[in-house]
Amino acid sequence: MSDFTMPSLGADMDEGTLLEWLVKPGDTVQKGDLMAVVDTSKAAVEVESFTDGVVESLVVEPGTRVPVGAVLATFAAAGAEPAPPEPRKRPSRHAAKMPVAIAEEPLVSSPLVRREAERAGVDLATVTGTGRGGAITRADVAHAAAPPAVPAAPHARPSEGRRGPARVTPYARRLAGELGVDLDRLPAPERRPVRATDVRAAAAGSERPAPERPEVAAPAQADRREEMRRTIATVMARSKREIPHYYLTLTIDLDRALRWMRERNRDLPVAQRLVPAALLLKAAALAAAANPGLNGFWVDDEFRPGSGVHLGVAVSLRGGGLVAPAIHDADQLDLTDVMAGMRDVVTRARAGRLRRAELSDPTITVTNLGEQGVESVHGVIYPPQVALVGFGRVTERPWAVDGLLGVRPLTVATLAADHRATDGFTGGRFLAAVDERLQSPEEL
Amino acid sequence: MPDPTTLTDDQAREAVTAALLRIVPDADLDEVGDDGALRAELELDSLDFLGFVEQLSASTGARIDEDDYPALRTMRSCIAFLTR
Repeated sequence: MSDFTMPSLGADMDEGTLLEWLVKPGDTVQKGDLMAVVDTSKAAVEVESFTDGVVESLVVEPGTRVPVGAVLATFAAAGAEPAPPEPRKRPSRHAAKMPVAIAEEPLVSSPLVRREAERAGVDLATVTGTGRGGAITRADVAHAAAPPAVPAAPHARPSEGRRGPARVTPYARRLAGELGVDLDRLPAPERRPVRATDVRAAAAGSERPAPERPEVAAPAQADRREEMRRTIATVMARSKREIPHYYLTLTIDLDRALRWMRERNRDLPVAQRLVPAALLLKAAALAAAANPGLNGFWVDDEFRPGSGVHLGVAVSLRGGGLVAPAIHDADQLDLTDVMAGMRDVVTRARAGRLRRAELSDPTITVTNLGEQGVESVHGVIYPPQVALVGFGRVTERPWAVDGLLGVRPLTVATLAADHRATDGFTGGRFLAAVDERLQSPEEL
Repeated sequence: MPDPTTLTDDQAREAVTAALLRIVPDADLDEVGDDGALRAELELDSLDFLGFVEQLSASTGARIDEDDYPALRTMRSCIAFLTR
C-alpha cells in the first residue's frame, strides 16, 4: 500500500493547495498518469502518479491547503480489490429543499467550511458539493453565497441525483475565467463536475475571441502575483547568497541562421514557422549536452549531472512574475519539436497550467530577454542548477567578416555559471559551442 | 472563409481585434489606438505575434508571409494590408 502525497515542486515549496482531482476511487493508474492539479505559488501544476496502482480513496478535497508530504490519496495494495465506489449520493438542489432530503447530513468534512457557511449565511443543505464524493468545499460555499448568474436549470432530475450544469470544480471555474470560456454553454458531463479538461477542450475548440477577464478572477490573481513575488525573492536571494557566479559573454553572428530560417519559413504555413528563439534554444541544448558540467545540479557540496538536457525556458507572465518550465530532452528533439515544445510551455505557463516535471526538473535555463529589447542579460542562476544562458536582442550592427565590414544581425549570448561546479574554461567552451551550432543551422 | 480581397475596413478591424484579444484577453485596444505599435504596446513576444498571425490568417483566409510582418505593425496598417 502506498500513498499519493503532496509533492515538492521546487526547493522553495512548503505547502500546496489541491485544486482538482483527475482520478476517482477505483481508477487504475499507471506511473506517469496525471492524478491531480495542485496550486503552488508559481502556477497550477498537473501532478502525475509515481507508481502503478488502483486508487483506493481520495483523502484531501479540492480547495484544501496541505504541507509537502501530506497524504492526498491512497492506493490499494497490488492485487487487492479496489474500494467500492462511494454509494452515497448527494441530493440535488431541488431535492435538498424537500423534507425527506434534509434528513441526509450534508457532506462537509472541514469545520472551516461550516464556519464559512455560517458567516455567509449559506444553508449547507442547499449547496451542491464538488469535493470528494460530493463533499462541500469552501469554494462551493463561496459560490452558493454569490447570487447565481442564471437560475438553476428547471429540468434537473432530482430522482437520479444528477446535478445541474452549475457543478464545476473550483479550478475549472477559475480556468474558465482566465480562458474566457462561458461555463453555462458547456455541456454538463454525466455524473461528474465540469473539469479543467472540459474547459480547456472548449477553449481550444472555440473560435470566439476570449471576452475580458471577469472581475471574480482578480483577487486570486493578485494573491498569486504576490506569492510569486515572494517566491522569486526567496530563491533569487538564496542564489546570490550561495552561488559564486561567474559571467561570460560572446557576440554571435546570426546571419546564416536567420537567412536559413526565413528560407525555411517561406514554404510553411504560419503554424509551422520557426521563430529565432527556437534556434537559440536548440543550439543551447546541444551545447549543454556537449558540456555536461554545466547541465545539472549542485546538491550537498557536489555536482550531480542531469539525466538528459531538460532546458528551462524563462517565461514572463502577463501581469508580472516568471516561471521557467522545462522542455525535456531538448537536445534530442528536432527544431520543429523544440518550437512546438516552446509554444506549448509558454502557452500553458501563461494559462497557469504546467506539469510537475516541467517545473521541478530543468537542468539548465535559458532566458531570452532580448525579446524586450535589451542587448544582453547577465542572469541569476536558479538553484540548484549551475548555469543560466541569456540571449540579448538581435540587432543589425557593423561586423567584420573575412576582412570586410558588413551589416549583420548579432545577438549577445551570455552565460552565468556556478564557479563551484565549473571554471571559466568550461563556460567559454559552452558559448563557443552555441556559436558553432548557430553557424550550421541546417544541422540544428 | 471570406475572400480577403472583399474584406471591408470594418471586417478587417474586427478580425484584427478578435485575433489580438485571443492572444491578450484583457488588451485595451482603444488605448493603443490605430497608430500604436501593436507589438510594443501589447508586449507581444515572437510567439505571441506568431499566434496573432496564425489567428488572423485563419479567420480572414489571407496568406501572410514572414515578409509581410512589417505591414502588421499597427491597427491601421493591418487593415490596409488585409483590404489591399
